[in-house]
Amino acid sequence: MDTKEKQKLKIRAAKIRRHIIEEVHSASSGHPGGSLSCTDILAFLYFEKMKVDPSAPRWADRDRFVLSKGHCAPGLYATLAERGYFPVEDLTGFRSADSYLEGHPSMTMVPGVDMSTGSLGQGISAAVGMALAGKIDGRDYNVYAILGDGELEEGQVWEALMAAAHYKLDNLTAFLDHNGLQIDGNIRDVMSPEPVSEKFRAFGWKVININGHDFDQIEKALCEASATKGMPVMIVAETTKGKGVSFMENEAGWHGSAPNKEQRDLAVAEIDAMIEKLEAEQAEK
Amino acid sequence: MGEDKNIKIATREAYGAALAEFGEDKRIVVLDADLSKSTKTEMFKKKFPERFINMGIAEANMMSAAAGIASCGKIVFASSFAIFAGVRACEQVRNSICYTKLNVKIGATHAGISVGEDGASHQAVEDMAIMCAIPNMTVISPADSVETRQAVLAAIQYDGPVYLRLGRLAVPVLFDEKDYHFEPGKGVLMRKGSDVTVIATGLMVHIAAEACDMLKKEGISARLINIHTVKPVDKGMILDAARETGAIVTAEEHNIYGGLGSIVSSVTAAGMPVPVKMVGIQDKFGKSGKPDRLMKMYSLTAEKIAEQAVEAIKMKRK
Ligand SMILES: Cc1ncc(C[n+]2csc(CCOP(=O)(O)OP(=O)(O)O)c2C)c(N)n1
Ligand SMILES: [Mg+2]
Repeated sequence: MDTKEKQKLKIRAAKIRRHIIEEVHSASSGHPGGSLSCTDILAFLYFEKMKVDPSAPRWADRDRFVLSKGHCAPGLYATLAERGYFPVEDLTGFRSADSYLEGHPSMTMVPGVDMSTGSLGQGISAAVGMALAGKIDGRDYNVYAILGDGELEEGQVWEALMAAAHYKLDNLTAFLDHNGLQIDGNIRDVMSPEPVSEKFRAFGWKVININGHDFDQIEKALCEASATKGMPVMIVAETTKGKGVSFMENEAGWHGSAPNKEQRDLAVAEIDAMIEKLEAEQAEK
Repeated sequence: MGEDKNIKIATREAYGAALAEFGEDKRIVVLDADLSKSTKTEMFKKKFPERFINMGIAEANMMSAAAGIASCGKIVFASSFAIFAGVRACEQVRNSICYTKLNVKIGATHAGISVGEDGASHQAVEDMAIMCAIPNMTVISPADSVETRQAVLAAIQYDGPVYLRLGRLAVPVLFDEKDYHFEPGKGVLMRKGSDVTVIATGLMVHIAAEACDMLKKEGISARLINIHTVKPVDKGMILDAARETGAIVTAEEHNIYGGLGSIVSSVTAAGMPVPVKMVGIQDKFGKSGKPDRLMKMYSLTAEKIAEQAVEAIKMKRK
């Protein structure tokens, strides 16, 4: 990725962040914190990496994506809308009875969603299934997934990881959104899944450690994942919950609460200033 | 009974408060799965941190661990949303808790579509059916905060598995603490009536009361029964209603398959066949939206209950 492309992607990610704030604000509910922490990964996957066609969301040879931490639907929906799967204007209908934008991703209702999620631990198993199907059919698509670090507490996650390594699913790449927080607080205090990298390795996965907000590192890790044969890859991404909105950063309280009007204005002003700055830099280059 | 329509309290709120109130009993241990703020077990945690255990986002492990703790002489309350406590961890509840008849109480909050915005993935519409189908399980679905408080106390006093079905939404307080007495397995006659009986559970009880008012205006005398203990159900009260009013409408915030409607129908079919109309979720998943709006979209309304009461009366044998 050259600097120009990188700058464009940064602007895109900022726009996705703004949509996230608008979605949860207009719904007066939803999950901003974890959506903001995986925004850069989502942006990179959908705009740089994945082989997809928004005009043919069910294309059989497309790369698949599963948001295993399904509560971060605002992030996924914003990314899909920016990518052209459905109008960005629809985003403010999020969670309302008249909208198709369900509170948690629904593959039967939302174009571009490859798997319905929301019950933690199940998405990664479904991703394993998609990778298995790819092997059976001899198709060369890849499957990507994002897991939460609190989500790792579900035993099912480890069943999925075991199966993926057992069947040498090198067409499966998962990201761990390692933001250190779950609902009741710090993951290390509530129910520690640490040390995660060692555990993934012991479960037969190749592990790559990166900063989940750095596009160069995301790109490099994904290249390495594509080149890896005979085993699945886990990209452990160090992230900040609430990234990009200063008062939401590293605050467990912003896991599942919506900003009021005042807070929304503050957040949007902050993101808009960021977009302006990025666009000015872009013009200079 | 002192009805104050102005006061609204969610049954999950009353559950948390009751755990804190009765928590002095040292045998009580409370488990949660990273939802203590939502299930309100946080209230117990604040008072008795030494007997509160956060099991993390791991409901299956929580249920079997609850069984282990109970096997050592404790009274265990294990909480999560109904979809995870009663549905996700169903097999652990069956084999670890019910097969063993251990002293575990499941505080299942956020039942039904009144969960609202979280949407279908988080709205349990089948939990009562599943829990009722497990031998040794007692299933309680309280109508308001007063009933919830007493149900928690009754669960503490009872030795064996109990499933408490609780809601997220604030609902009207129907009962007066001073003159209300909760008796497990006994229906509550809320209104006398002779033309038709409305049998409701959970938050549908206050909506059913509204339906009875509407029917009264049309000159129809509707009896109202609150079934808080869905299993074992009060067969006597249901059969008396069938015999004396000749027509029944059930009302529940649950799939019509396997819930209150199915249970009432099986009681009447065997003992006193009369028409039974079921108001409930018509074998559909929920969806996101504001709770009030969803209740209308899924026809869980007083109007629907009143309409079905009239239909049931029409079907009576002359
Ligand atoms: C099986 C299951 N149990 C409980 C929940 C409720 N819940 C939603 S998000 C969440 C915490 C998730 O933490 P984490 O995976 O770290 O997500 P992030 O920090 O990325 O938002 C919980 C417990 C759920 N959705 N699914
Ligand atoms: Mg986290």
